[in-house]
Amino acid sequence: MAAVGARSEGWTARLVHLYRRSEGARGIVLLSPTMLIMLAALAAPMALLALYSFWTQEGYGLNTTPTLAQYAISLGRPTYRELFYRSIEISSVVTLITVLLAYPMAYFVAFRVGKSKFIWLILLTIPFWTSYLLRVFAWKLILGYNGVINSGLMDLGLIRQPLEFLLYNPTAVVVTLAHAWAAFAILPIYVSLEKIDRSLLEAAADLGDGPVRRFFRITLPLSLPGVIGAAVLIFVPTTGDYVTPTLVGGSGGVMIANVIEVQFDKVGNWPLGAALAMASMAAVGVVTLLFVAAMRAAGRSIR
Amino acid sequence: MTRTGKSRTGLFAYAVFYLAFLYVPVLFLPLFSFNDSAFIAFPLTGFTTKWYSQMLADSAMLHALGNSLEVGALAALISTVLGLLAAKALTRYRVPGGAALLGFTSLPLFIPDIVLGISLLLLLSGLGLPLSLLTVIAGHCLICVPFAITVLMSRLDGFDKSLEEASLDLGETGWMTFWRVTFPLALPGIVSSLLLTFIVSFDEFLIAYFLAGSEATLPIYIWGQLRFPYKLPAVLALGALILIASAVLVVIAEWIRSHGLKDRKHTMVGA
Amino acid sequence: MTDEPFIHIDHVSKRFGGTAAVDDADLSVGRGEFFSLLGPSGCGKTTLLRMIAGFEFPTEGEIYIEGARITDTPPHLRPSNMVFQSYAIFPHLNVFDNIAYGLRKARLKRSELKRRVEEALAMIKLAGFGSRRGDELSGGQRQRVALARALVRRPKVLLLDEPLGALDKRLREAMQIELRQLQKSVGITFVFVTHDQEEALSMSDRIAVMSGGRILQVASPRELYEAPNCREVADFIGEINFFDGVVKGREGDAAVVDAGPIGTLRVATQAAAGTKLLLAVRPEKIALSAEGGIVAGTVAAAAYLGERSHYNIAVAGRREPVSVAAQNTEKSVTRGHAQGDKVYLNWAADAVVVLPCD
Repeated sequence: MAAVGARSEGWTARLVHLYRRSEGARGIVLLSPTMLIMLAALAAPMALLALYSFWTQEGYGLNTTPTLAQYAISLGRPTYRELFYRSIEISSVVTLITVLLAYPMAYFVAFRVGKSKFIWLILLTIPFWTSYLLRVFAWKLILGYNGVINSGLMDLGLIRQPLEFLLYNPTAVVVTLAHAWAAFAILPIYVSLEKIDRSLLEAAADLGDGPVRRFFRITLPLSLPGVIGAAVLIFVPTTGDYVTPTLVGGSGGVMIANVIEVQFDKVGNWPLGAALAMASMAAVGVVTLLFVAAMRAAGRSIR
Repeated sequence: MTRTGKSRTGLFAYAVFYLAFLYVPVLFLPLFSFNDSAFIAFPLTGFTTKWYSQMLADSAMLHALGNSLEVGALAALISTVLGLLAAKALTRYRVPGGAALLGFTSLPLFIPDIVLGISLLLLLSGLGLPLSLLTVIAGHCLICVPFAITVLMSRLDGFDKSLEEASLDLGETGWMTFWRVTFPLALPGIVSSLLLTFIVSFDEFLIAYFLAGSEATLPIYIWGQLRFPYKLPAVLALGALILIASAVLVVIAEWIRSHGLKDRKHTMVGA
Repeated sequence: MTDEPFIHIDHVSKRFGGTAAVDDADLSVGRGEFFSLLGPSGCGKTTLLRMIAGFEFPTEGEIYIEGARITDTPPHLRPSNMVFQSYAIFPHLNVFDNIAYGLRKARLKRSELKRRVEEALAMIKLAGFGSRRGDELSGGQRQRVALARALVRRPKVLLLDEPLGALDKRLREAMQIELRQLQKSVGITFVFVTHDQEEALSMSDRIAVMSGGRILQVASPRELYEAPNCREVADFIGEINFFDGVVKGREGDAAVVDAGPIGTLRVATQAAAGTKLLLAVRPEKIALSAEGGIVAGTVAAAAYLGERSHYNIAVAGRREPVSVAAQNTEKSVTRGHAQGDKVYLNWAADAVVVLPCD
């Protein structure tokens, strides 16, 4: 019997053999360029960030003896602590508003729209992709002392003096962030609502539940993963937002990202900046985990 | 199931207002870009296109625009290629730990831009690499790859594995199978990914701000202009054009992506 | 069958982690045979087929086609072609390009290519469908396109992975006949995977019955049905009644078996006295009589199925009723045996199958 393709010795041949025989191996080879690059571009810098947070800036040089001094400053100095609280507070409010407002919208598209779903989704998607900078800038124009709202109200004769409380405070930051991130909230909620098997609702109706009960007992709990996803997707990045507090926050609406940026730009104290960044990520992480756990527990308790 | 007429129209009205709320603030940009006044305020004084001509004559702006186009194109290309490899690997093969790896690639979406920016800065300075448009491209790839993977996975997910096996069975090598079967079928997803990652890179400000050297991208240029009130209308004109262009690209990208998927419910980032 | 088996599967096993999807499979397929792999889902038949096709590689063992070892050969270099369960019609190509797909490497002249594709289209009775696309075809039409696409390359072996599973009953039965005729006219060796035993019985020259990754029996349909080699095969193919028995003595060539509630039987077997036996009789081999027979019973249930009637007969001392199937050969608008009737069961001595008792 002819032996076609007799197995040769040598580890290269065996590797090729393994590659052919294992689906997992083929998958890993295909995945590896992307994974390696992501590893280099993400894991290495983050590791470096962590390292820097334990070092100290001395003049123009770096003292690399590990120390918790920067963390002491980040968490100890009252101004910084205040900023941590405020950033988390602002982000929490933004997340709450955005998710609450987005839910009915997502519900509408998932349940009440038939043929034109695509159009609605496109209309909701477009803002998501437009320049964040421009969207924040638009609010600066709207809320400004001589901005759109003030000039419009004065032109209509409704007010005589421009309203001063519109811009350069935490409220302006909240409003702007809520608007800018609104599109982010809709899509995860929409997806989880869309996935709900309609026959579950029919079964609930059959078992005696009216529309309101059906919503709270079936739809809401089943859409909870989407809600949690949307909340996390908005909460985490907004705590570290730089553009919005800078453009519309003024001195009252400064957030943690501003002081971090200053360390890297003007001051040149990279270790402190790193520590502030690490501390804020830790704080945000803890809050997020608590939130997710709480939401999951609440979801489970729904009968 | 019965739905009361009231709740239907109520929810519909809400939806319309919500959509208006999303768009109106942004629509002020184009509105005032045609207004014949250096102040962004009511009342409107008259129609003019002079801000557009002023903006288009600004050589610094045009230079930054060119930079952004370059960076965007390269970031889109690289991240789409990387995303395609990853999406193919994750949908086609049973990769051990695949779900965890997918989560890892989505991580950049959950880390604030500023943290990404500064940590990349630390890495680059640690490696002694000078800041330039190349470093911006690298940073943008980092945040674009998750988008690319999501778009491509949604397209590849329903891909019938036996289509590739059939091609192999009919005598084509793995490489030819990719060109004759996988690539044509994935093409809408690829185009969509290219367009969307381009938009992400084109509009991205903070990471570019940290990683750019002397060359500015368009968002960096705009940021620089924001402190000069007399330049504002021209910035509005630029902004209006950018918004319209992004919107058009998004519509095209989404249309292409869902074309041929028939009743596939498209998922987007954040799902 | 020639001396040299056309396809030889030599002690092939396929393990995923700890479990063996295919466990020491060893069989030979002859040239031009219509060979089926039959078994319930999960029995390993599809895995075995995919190993012949080249989409899985054996953990142990070798596979030979026409004497050449192909165990490691990548699928695109094998002399086999496959019809996939989902048909795998390329959605971005029309029917003509689908069928022509595998001919690209042969670099045929345009006219020759056209001729061969149109010949294939005529063979599957879809002439003129060349410009249609996959989603414009019905399930049965797509199945035929998949068939044509594989056959146009003139492979040595055609592998079919449950190709008729998605079709409705009537279409499936029509396709079974068509496939069989096609195979005979083209003369290519077919290896056919199915879980439908009627399908396998009606189409195949020989069948390999598989379960739990192992091959239980390889035989012609008739042999499998009338002479299964173990309880599992007997049970899987068609319906059957099992009786336990113990050999009490011998009478010439036959053994005298005490079959409990069934009574004493004379069975053709060499087993010595005291051996435990598992006996089996097919329902259609049992005749009902009102007068007398081997054992008495009561009709517990009767079902009229048009061409035949099916009875469950309760026999005293036996927990399970005996299944009896009777062809309704006589025209009668009045009922046959009714529930509650006392009847006698009869069968020929050679209708009893002796199975190994494990």
